[in-house]
Amino acid sequence: MDSVATFLNGFLPEGLTTLIVIMIKIVAILLPLILAVAYTTFAERKIIGYMQVRMGPNRVGPKGWLQPIADTVKLMFKEIISPTKASTIVFFIAPMLALAPALAAWSVIPFWDGGVLADVDAGLVLILAITSLDVFGIILAGWASNSKYAILSSLRVGAQVVSYEIAMGFALVGVLMAAGSMNLTDIVRAQDGGILNWFAWPLIGLLLVFFISGVAETNRAPFDVAEGESEIVAGFHIEYSGMAFALFFLAEYASMILVSTLTALLFLGGWLSPFGHVLDDIPVLGSLLGDGFHWLFIKSFFFLFCYLWFRATFPRYRYDQIMRLGWKILIPVTLVWIFGEGVAIALGWKPWL
Amino acid sequence: MLSNIKHYIKSFTLFELFQGLGVTGKYLFKRKITIQYPEQKTPMSPRFRGHHALRRYPNGQERCIACKLCEAVCPALAIDIESEERADGTRRTTKYEIDFFKCIYCGFCEEVCPVDAIVETHIFEYHYEERGGNLITKQELLAFGDKHETEIAKRKAADAPYR
Repeated sequence: MDSVATFLNGFLPEGLTTLIVIMIKIVAILLPLILAVAYTTFAERKIIGYMQVRMGPNRVGPKGWLQPIADTVKLMFKEIISPTKASTIVFFIAPMLALAPALAAWSVIPFWDGGVLADVDAGLVLILAITSLDVFGIILAGWASNSKYAILSSLRVGAQVVSYEIAMGFALVGVLMAAGSMNLTDIVRAQDGGILNWFAWPLIGLLLVFFISGVAETNRAPFDVAEGESEIVAGFHIEYSGMAFALFFLAEYASMILVSTLTALLFLGGWLSPFGHVLDDIPVLGSLLGDGFHWLFIKSFFFLFCYLWFRATFPRYRYDQIMRLGWKILIPVTLVWIFGEGVAIALGWKPWL
Repeated sequence: MLSNIKHYIKSFTLFELFQGLGVTGKYLFKRKITIQYPEQKTPMSPRFRGHHALRRYPNGQERCIACKLCEAVCPALAIDIESEERADGTRRTTKYEIDFFKCIYCGFCEEVCPVDAIVETHIFEYHYEERGGNLITKQELLAFGDKHETEIAKRKAADAPYR
């Protein structure tokens, strides 16, 4: 990246060079992300199919590997319809409003040591703030659709996301107490030194709370009352078609991957190798088993797999049960855990140090 | 009291959830039983009731004697027959049409036929490309029978001991 910058500096003003370099970085993050989203949809259909003793899609291309491409092409050629009495402008802004935060949050995610677009000091707060904006797209979509199903769904989403945001925020408080920083790179560095130093062990309860709230935040099964096929058809995106619908889809899966990656970064040491630095001296294997992006990939893939696994396993929560779980169980659990952690830190017992 | 504690431990260790995940996790690796249809096919009974056909005797004489039993028994009123006396004094059909949209493939016509003329074959992959294509005429039925006669005879023979 630096060599590109110096090359461009030769004939461009410095501000423009910075802009171009940042643009290149953004593309380098977003293109693989969108590809990952496409193949997450494929993985979802395949894995859930396998869990139901079916094959899943296997017709398009070898073993079905071109299925997401075919789906995208189909969606692109479909007509985008807006309902007669819909609030047209809001109706078309809503999907963008849903997608933009899901993508913007990736700006502070470090992929390896130093491999981050914006090394913000308060990265955790930024992520919380940006992911909260996600819900606006959904609420506006539901409202602008002028459909009873859509408005019901967006009301549900609004209440659900706000409730689980609190538990999620408290879980993050636990992490930043343990790491002593809100910068994601520093949080991962604080877990250096092998699998036993990961925050997953002392903060196992917060890990569970964070991931459960993450599933609820992204409106995925078993918390997908927003879609609730059996009750409100398809929820907030019932009136959307073609690419407008695809944007919601993209946003949902991008936030799924985001939550999986965040869980891996905050609790499983991100790009850090589970072996610590013990094996670094082995010639070839050392670089493979040492720290690197591949570990982050494996860890986030595990959580992403859990998302699909949950969907294949758990029946949908009833709405009041969701609220009960969020307010009466997850939030008290995090509060107790944070209190215990605070006492431990005050007394100097840091099991992870 | 003790059961209460047990309940709390069970809830907070997510015991039942992990149990459920275990079940689906196990099924992830189970052998998949899907039949890949156009390439693979399920075994078919010789009694399978598919597309109809009119058969002939080995000497080329058509079997149907226009007794109209099939027309009478057909619960969907899908069969339409008209007959006349031929030059050799036998009674034969001039019109034998089956409306495949009405037909429910019950097999009564085949069952009731005294001369095994109308049969339901093993062919079930067919379609119509024009309106009215569902009305299968006598010529088409006979041609269909001629085309698949060996297979029809084989299946009839295989089923005969159980009739």
